[in-house]
Amino acid sequence: MYRYDEFDHKIVTERVEQFRGQVARRLSGELSEDEFKPLRLMNGLYLQLHAYMLRVAVPYGTLSSRQLRQLAHIAREYDKGYAHFTTRQNVQYNWPRLADVPDILKDLADVEMHALQTSGNCIRNITTDPYAGVSADELEDPRPWAEILRQWSSLHPEFSFLPRKFKIAINGAKEDRAAILFHDIGIGMARGGNGEIGFRVYVGGGQGRTPMVAECIREFLPKTDLLAYMEAILRVYNRFGRRDNLYKSRIKILVHQIGAEAMAKQVEDEFAAIQKQGDTLNVPPSEVDRILAYFAPKNYESLGDFAPETEEARLADENFARWLDVNTAAHKIPGYRIANISTKPVGGIPGDMSADDMDAVADLADKFSFSELRVTHKQNLTFADVRGKDLHALWKALDERGLASANISLITDQIACPGLDYCNLANTRSIPIAQEISKRFEDAELQRRIGRLHINISGCINACGHHHVGHIGILGVDKKGVEYYQVGLGGSSDNNGSIGKIVGPAFARDEIVDAIGTIVDTYLKQRVNGEEFLDTYRRIGLQPFKETLYDTTQH
Amino acid sequence: MAQHHNQTAQTLAVTANRLLDGEVVYFTDGGSWSEHFKDAAVVRSKGDGEAMLQRAMPSVEALEVIGPYLFEVREAGSGTAPVSVRENIRMNGPTVRLDLGKQAEHPRV
Ligand code: SF4
Repeated sequence: MYRYDEFDHKIVTERVEQFRGQVARRLSGELSEDEFKPLRLMNGLYLQLHAYMLRVAVPYGTLSSRQLRQLAHIAREYDKGYAHFTTRQNVQYNWPRLADVPDILKDLADVEMHALQTSGNCIRNITTDPYAGVSADELEDPRPWAEILRQWSSLHPEFSFLPRKFKIAINGAKEDRAAILFHDIGIGMARGGNGEIGFRVYVGGGQGRTPMVAECIREFLPKTDLLAYMEAILRVYNRFGRRDNLYKSRIKILVHQIGAEAMAKQVEDEFAAIQKQGDTLNVPPSEVDRILAYFAPKNYESLGDFAPETEEARLADENFARWLDVNTAAHKIPGYRIANISTKPVGGIPGDMSADDMDAVADLADKFSFSELRVTHKQNLTFADVRGKDLHALWKALDERGLASANISLITDQIACPGLDYCNLANTRSIPIAQEISKRFEDAELQRRIGRLHINISGCINACGHHHVGHIGILGVDKKGVEYYQVGLGGSSDNNGSIGKIVGPAFARDEIVDAIGTIVDTYLKQRVNGEEFLDTYRRIGLQPFKETLYDTTQH
Repeated sequence: MAQHHNQTAQTLAVTANRLLDGEVVYFTDGGSWSEHFKDAAVVRSKGDGEAMLQRAMPSVEALEVIGPYLFEVREAGSGTAPVSVRENIRMNGPTVRLDLGKQAEHPRV
């Protein structure tokens, strides 16, 4: 993975000391809260319901075991012994004291981490496919380009005060595992006419109050033009994006208002103008090579695809067999598998992990996956490079700690935002709903029978829980201080991205889990030929679900 | 911000977050701040609520708290309790981690 160069070190270290000074001035009264708030937000520090919250950037979701250990240390030393993995592949601490934050940032800087650009109207953490670099269906590893984008966007003076926050995702595989159609800019690696690899560029996707699927504005962009083209998009947005209305300020609204074609034209004009100025935005080939080297393939062993010890264990232990089947994925190198660690045991809190578990996972990454791991936008962790013959040992170690839930992409692998249990903007709680649904569908055989089904839950319209793209999406709404839940069906963040449709009136707190049960029952009755939920929904539409839901719950 | 202040509420208390650690605090009859809702001063008219909020404001300048605001409470048994789910959660801690927040140190109030 990428290691900081001297400039990265200098920038991050200087920012820690700058923030230390700002905190001191706040605590001495030199800075008012109004003056301090934008400064703390620039350093990822929010004020939530019970305490401050610090959001730490995990660039494109990649962590070393050393970094994970440091995150565990911070959780123990300055917080309450746990951390939360977010849908933006970041990490949040829910209880830091203001005075401790500079020390936390210093500890992060020691392991090449920071909390910059995790808040505010700037280019946020670049996200990518958690299987980047290793998946069997990949055109090319997107991480070097994610890193180049990270460096370009870090503290970019022109783009530090955009009309609104700006999110970029990049995916290199055939399957979109980075939800690129739901980002301000989505980049997919693509092949050009001569077989060379470059990028397809989408713009204007997003969730929140006005969900939209991104539009393709460039079918093929040569690699050398990436930064100039990004700069062109950002300039057009900076110039035309609305600053007068918070709800209309994202680039998706601009694209929607002027149309994808006009947007493409604006961007192309700007791009041409940038190119006329010379090649200052071309990343020098030597720099590309330097960055590529950090992502060079690992020192893989020559192994056969068949690992007899794993096969034997699979036959002997059905729990291991299930985990193998559900939580591991094909690796491009024979004899290796990608292994996912679910943070969602039955009744657990999606994305939360104790410091002790984080340490244990770091040790396992050292032992089984080249000391690296990834955070996924589904709030799980991924070991990208596990030898097939080590899978049973890995599973056993995970199982001993309760970290071997075999539910990736199944109904209990829910995304849930922190919701009203922590979040200052929330209408309703999200986590307890996820917990109750997971208990309802605890039975492993039932989960297998239901098949791939993504339930995503947000506690308010900001959609941090990605409810618009859940196969079943749940949105918390507030009715005079009482929690209600609106249900959408048919959302998806994969290659055929779609936004869920609201099924009908919202459900009360004590109705919502039964409503999900009814939806699942309806699907199981209606499915044909082993369809997945999304297939059935796309075939039959909302109506059958409306009928069963609102008959049974008397709305 | 959802679940905030109900404009027509009559029974009110003032809350804020402490500057140093963000802890939820309540304005008391004595003009200080307490971590416990049971110590909160409760008034029974909108006008008294506004007056109480004004009395609480100097604590912002004094670097004690951030963002004081009024919230609605209701009579509950011999005392009072916050009305909204939000304020109940602030009063106790996350409902999904009973080992954290105020509820961890003190029995539910
Ligand atoms: S979706 Fe709303 S409630 Fe959930 S974390 Fe985001 S802002 Fe908070």
